[in-house]
Amino acid sequence: MSGRAKPRAWTEWLVTMPSFVWLGLLFIIPTVLVFAITFRPSDPYGGIGAGWTLETLKTLGNPNYPAIVWRTIWMSALTTGLCILLATPMSYYLSRVSPRLRQWLLLLVILPFWTSFLVRVFAWKVLLHPDGFLKHALVWLHLISPDTSLLYNAGAVLLVMIYTELPFAILPIYAAAEKFDYRLIEAAKDLGAGSFRAFVSVFLPGIRVGLLTAFLMVFIPSLGSYVIPDIVGGPTSEMIGNKIAQRTFVDRNLPHAAGLSAFLSVAVLVPMVAVSALRRKNTRAPNEEGV
Amino acid sequence: MSEFLEFVDVSKNYGAIKASDHVSLSVKQGEFFSLLGPSGCGKTTLLRMLAGFESPDSGRILLDGQDITDIPPYQRKVNTIFQNYALFPHLSLWDNIAFGLRVAKCSKKDIKERVEKMLALIQMEDQAWKKPDQISGGQKQRVAIARALVNQPRVLLLDEPLAALDLKLRQRMLIELDLIHDQAGITFLYVTHDQGEAMSLSDRIAVMRSGRVEQLGTPAQIYEAPRTSFVAAFIGDTNFFDGTVAEPVDQRAILRGMLPAVVDKDYSRLVIGDLPDLECFNDKQIKQGEHVFLSVRPEKLSISREEPERRPHVNMLRGTVEDVIYLGSQTKYWVRVGEYRISIVRQHTRFFLDEKPIKWGEEVWISWHADDGFMLEKYSEQDENLLRLPPEAVGETPVEPAPAPAAEEART
Repeated sequence: MSGRAKPRAWTEWLVTMPSFVWLGLLFIIPTVLVFAITFRPSDPYGGIGAGWTLETLKTLGNPNYPAIVWRTIWMSALTTGLCILLATPMSYYLSRVSPRLRQWLLLLVILPFWTSFLVRVFAWKVLLHPDGFLKHALVWLHLISPDTSLLYNAGAVLLVMIYTELPFAILPIYAAAEKFDYRLIEAAKDLGAGSFRAFVSVFLPGIRVGLLTAFLMVFIPSLGSYVIPDIVGGPTSEMIGNKIAQRTFVDRNLPHAAGLSAFLSVAVLVPMVAVSALRRKNTRAPNEEGV
Repeated sequence: MSEFLEFVDVSKNYGAIKASDHVSLSVKQGEFFSLLGPSGCGKTTLLRMLAGFESPDSGRILLDGQDITDIPPYQRKVNTIFQNYALFPHLSLWDNIAFGLRVAKCSKKDIKERVEKMLALIQMEDQAWKKPDQISGGQKQRVAIARALVNQPRVLLLDEPLAALDLKLRQRMLIELDLIHDQAGITFLYVTHDQGEAMSLSDRIAVMRSGRVEQLGTPAQIYEAPRTSFVAAFIGDTNFFDGTVAEPVDQRAILRGMLPAVVDKDYSRLVIGDLPDLECFNDKQIKQGEHVFLSVRPEKLSISREEPERRPHVNMLRGTVEDVIYLGSQTKYWVRVGEYRISIVRQHTRFFLDEKPIKWGEEVWISWHADDGFMLEKYSEQDENLLRLPPEAVGETPVEPAPAPAAEEART
């Protein structure tokens, strides 16, 4: 028996090895490097100087940053909130329609991925452009004045971010809604709950795993947004991603860019830890709570 | 006084399927009323219309004199126990039971009091903080009952509440349900395909088929006096004979002139294929020449080796024993008489050591009184299928739901 167990452990190791190597080489080591570079001085030619310094950490206290960090967080939070707000009724509907129609609707949700992300963002730029179709249409409808700018502001960034991230919210929430037992809604109504009450106190808790996944799937990529604010945003809607790019390509200050990146990595850890703590709480034996 | 709960000419169609076909029935306050029928007979549709999850195409539903047809489910004073219990998985048992009271915005003190009273009723005080997936099926059932009863509904609707439980548990829950009905004193509307459950619990039963009420009555009425061949086959076990009504039985022939010429119209002769003519009580005054089913319950038949004494209105047939099953308290026999395979149940009373039991292959006499048979009109061709079913396919013991598939077959 022990003779058989050994080769089994060995093959198991062999099978899991590639993913460990992959993770180690392409994720763990680069992350450690990024954190390490933060503590190196920059050299005037855009490279990394010798020795160790806390200089970069101090510059992170630059009064410019809190505004950008704050904007990054609230833009991402707003994107996540609005995506979930839009995706939840959509998923509810998706899980209730006939399987045929559902197939087509799901196809429509995934359809945007057939076009390159960059092309889609540029398409938005065309749409929102001062001479673009959308602008003309809205002016013609007297909904906006001719000198309102649709492009290069936080609104445009938010719009395109929601557009981009929405499928990532719909899919996990739909997956949860599809597994939801809708007889529970009937049970809630039977016990006197109106439709809204049944939705809030039975449906939402029922799909909470999907909601948490959607939160992570939208919030974390949003924090690292770079292309969208770069293309449709302006100087007033810069996010951390843009600052990192600027430090890398314009200022050629790698330690500085690494410092910002490290900060972002830590910032991403916060919601992840929070969500996994929430999940653990859900699976733990219930504690005694009052009325 | 008007009835407590009334369905007035309620119809509901799903496409071409008539789930409810002009159903009218009324339920008394405090009654344990069952809707019994095979799956697809429309019993669940009636319940869902009462709960408010479906609305009838036509007709009204009245509860305590109030028309509730157009009232949404959350405003109806009825509560349902769902087949799968539908307990909220994210809430503790305590919170599940409190759900309705919280929605109704009862005071915290009131909620605590009533929930704890319910937990005591179902004897689950010590498990109040468990989640539904941490308890057994029977416990879920009890929590579902508590969650519904705590709202003090006018009517408690039970949708096949025992279907998901195993036999042992089902029998225990039957007794518990009966107890709870006695204690709560509210009207129960029970939907089931299991005649055993319906018979043992109900004050009255409505047997349903294809969206219509086939017969409504007490369990005894339905068992002892089925109105149609479907009811006779669905409730309990029965033997069917396919026959034609002949002339009424001439009493003179039997009483040999003791009385003046009396033709007793209550008994008719039946001509049945290659069997000797049989006699049957004809309370419905079915006319001569009509095709009917004669239904005789297995326990009404006597079986003996010796030819029984000839008496008025007693039918006798001679056949061969094909099967014998000894069941302790009773023995089941199957006797071949012509093209019929007749099922007989004999209840054992006294055991004689020297008794020679009737065995396979023996020639026997079967007899029964004409009063114990029913002439049931053949009102549709579907009933022909009932005849082709071997008697044993139509319900072995009262607890098993065996008749359901048989009856479904009969409808197709």
